[in-house]
Amino acid sequence: MSRLARLVHPKDDTQAWKGRYYPYDLVKELVIAVGVILVIVVLLTVLLSSPDDKPSTIAQWSKQKPVDFVTTAITELDGTSATAEYGPPYNHRSGSVQHFFILHPQRWLGVSHPIDTERDFVLDPLRKVTSTPALQAAVSQYEAAPKNQKAQWTEAYAKPLEETATAEEEKKQPPGTVSESNGSVVVKPSGDAGPVPVLMGALLLAAQSGALDGDLLTSGQFYQTDYTKPLLFMADGGLLDERAEQQHLLGKQWGLMNETGSYPGQPWLWLYALWYQVEPMKSSPNADIQVLLIMALMSLAFICIPIIPGVRDLPRRIPIYRLIWREHYRSLGTGS
Amino acid sequence: MSVAEPAGVEPQASAVERKHESWTARVREAAVDALPPEKLLPDGQPTYVASWIYLFGVASIASLVVIIASGSILALKGPAWWHFTGVGHFFNSIHLWAVELFFFVMVVHLWGKYWVAAWRGGRVRVWITGAIIFLIAIPTALTGYVSQQNFDAQWISTQAKDALNSVGVGAFFNVTNFGQMYSWHVLLFPLAVVALVAGHVLLVRTHGVVPPFELQKRLELAGARAGDPSAGAGAGGRDGGGGGGA
Amino acid sequence: MIVLAAVFNLNHPAHTVDWHFIHLSVANVVVIGLMFVVFALAIALPFPGAERRRRALK
Repeated sequence: MSRLARLVHPKDDTQAWKGRYYPYDLVKELVIAVGVILVIVVLLTVLLSSPDDKPSTIAQWSKQKPVDFVTTAITELDGTSATAEYGPPYNHRSGSVQHFFILHPQRWLGVSHPIDTERDFVLDPLRKVTSTPALQAAVSQYEAAPKNQKAQWTEAYAKPLEETATAEEEKKQPPGTVSESNGSVVVKPSGDAGPVPVLMGALLLAAQSGALDGDLLTSGQFYQTDYTKPLLFMADGGLLDERAEQQHLLGKQWGLMNETGSYPGQPWLWLYALWYQVEPMKSSPNADIQVLLIMALMSLAFICIPIIPGVRDLPRRIPIYRLIWREHYRSLGTGS
Repeated sequence: MSVAEPAGVEPQASAVERKHESWTARVREAAVDALPPEKLLPDGQPTYVASWIYLFGVASIASLVVIIASGSILALKGPAWWHFTGVGHFFNSIHLWAVELFFFVMVVHLWGKYWVAAWRGGRVRVWITGAIIFLIAIPTALTGYVSQQNFDAQWISTQAKDALNSVGVGAFFNVTNFGQMYSWHVLLFPLAVVALVAGHVLLVRTHGVVPPFELQKRLELAGARAGDPSAGAGAGGRDGGGGGGA
Repeated sequence: MIVLAAVFNLNHPAHTVDWHFIHLSVANVVVIGLMFVVFALAIALPFPGAERRRRALK
């Protein structure tokens, strides 16, 4: 036998059992097991129930945090939001594209779910508000403008919103160029913002009325089960993050393992969650692919335990088996 | 003439004629050869099967039964039902706790099987199928979590998408697509899990429960009696049978 | 519509067990701890049927 073969196929002195059998009712065992599990599960249900935190809607988000909504909406229009800059599978940008050395699977698999945030999240929904001619004129004006003109307009509108958001994050006094009253947002642009304030104001109204939730879902066809667009739009904003932080669901909170409320979550994801907390994954822009590759390797190792020297020999060396088979060994008369 | 004996076919065909039998007969012969009824459903176990740790495999199956039963009731009424009725919420809770219990008992089962090196004696495929069941259960649960249609589903899907996109899987497995995730959760993954569990259990029945380690003293004694046909040490394990009672 | 309320309400933000960079929810720590306890009990507690096995060995 070659050395490799000897490594993979260790000497296995396990003999077929030639000893005695005793009556053992497997079917009864299964029925009892189902009964016991059912009792435990019903008990847990009666005592603890299960969580069901209501989903956020774009309507709620835009009513509870109108400034955050508008701050996000302008980045969707000017293409600087996380979704707009994401890359495959949504578009050809590279804001969230990960790789591992020569492995670029995200690029290789390409754009399979195209999203153009300017069109899908802003302009198309506004085109549906046909009752307001002034709005339609603003949309046409924006669509007809050259790229650099659009950039100037959106920059003038976005700047005060960015400064306000930064001031809030750093707990400083905001510059006062953004104000909110009765759910509407007034932004003092840093320059000529063209039709952009009209577009943003109208989008906020559409969001607060609930129209945007429906529009983003049913764009393209009547029947829909794909919530990608409304979810990505909301995820670009701050509401989901805020709720998640309260529920200990953020990455730095080991949120991967957690459930909302005080319920047990997914403890089986402990090792997956752990890798995100250690360097270099912790501060790497490629953390996801790194962690997934590590876990893929470890999963393969888990499957291959029977052929991994050392790991496969541990059960023999650490005699937990003596406890499990103590009755058998006693019956042999060899003792411990 | 009975149904089992169509015209022109001799009953109890010889080994040579067996090669020319129907596919059905060949499948039947192979199945019965591999697992005769007494081996498929033995009414006895080796006397060394004497520990509570042996119950965690059947506990895993029992949990899976409760998961599928409660999941079926949830599927009967559709994915929105459990949010709006007490009975629906009750069955959702059953489903969730059965899942928690499933992972709990399955991991205790795998710990037990590791510490007895249950892959010995030709049982490597039992270990492999078991490990794969655990690994497949994880995305099965993930698709369930993102199908809840509540805040948890929103958060998990918008987070998990980044990990899946990073390795290209997101291009064809879209966690924010409820329709796709619900279909995988209700049909495709359960089919995979049940098929793997069936294979895993049939392999256990084929090879029998792994025998205890020979104690070193017995091995040394056996070595000292080298040449004695009843001596212990030797290579490879032949299939242990599940036999009848005492 | 009857809403079946739980005996214990777990719908409040979780308490956490924090140690260096490890932050686990109490519920998860309880589950993981229970797994070790149950494993230890499973291998330590005597299994019924000893008499039947003794008879089989005679």
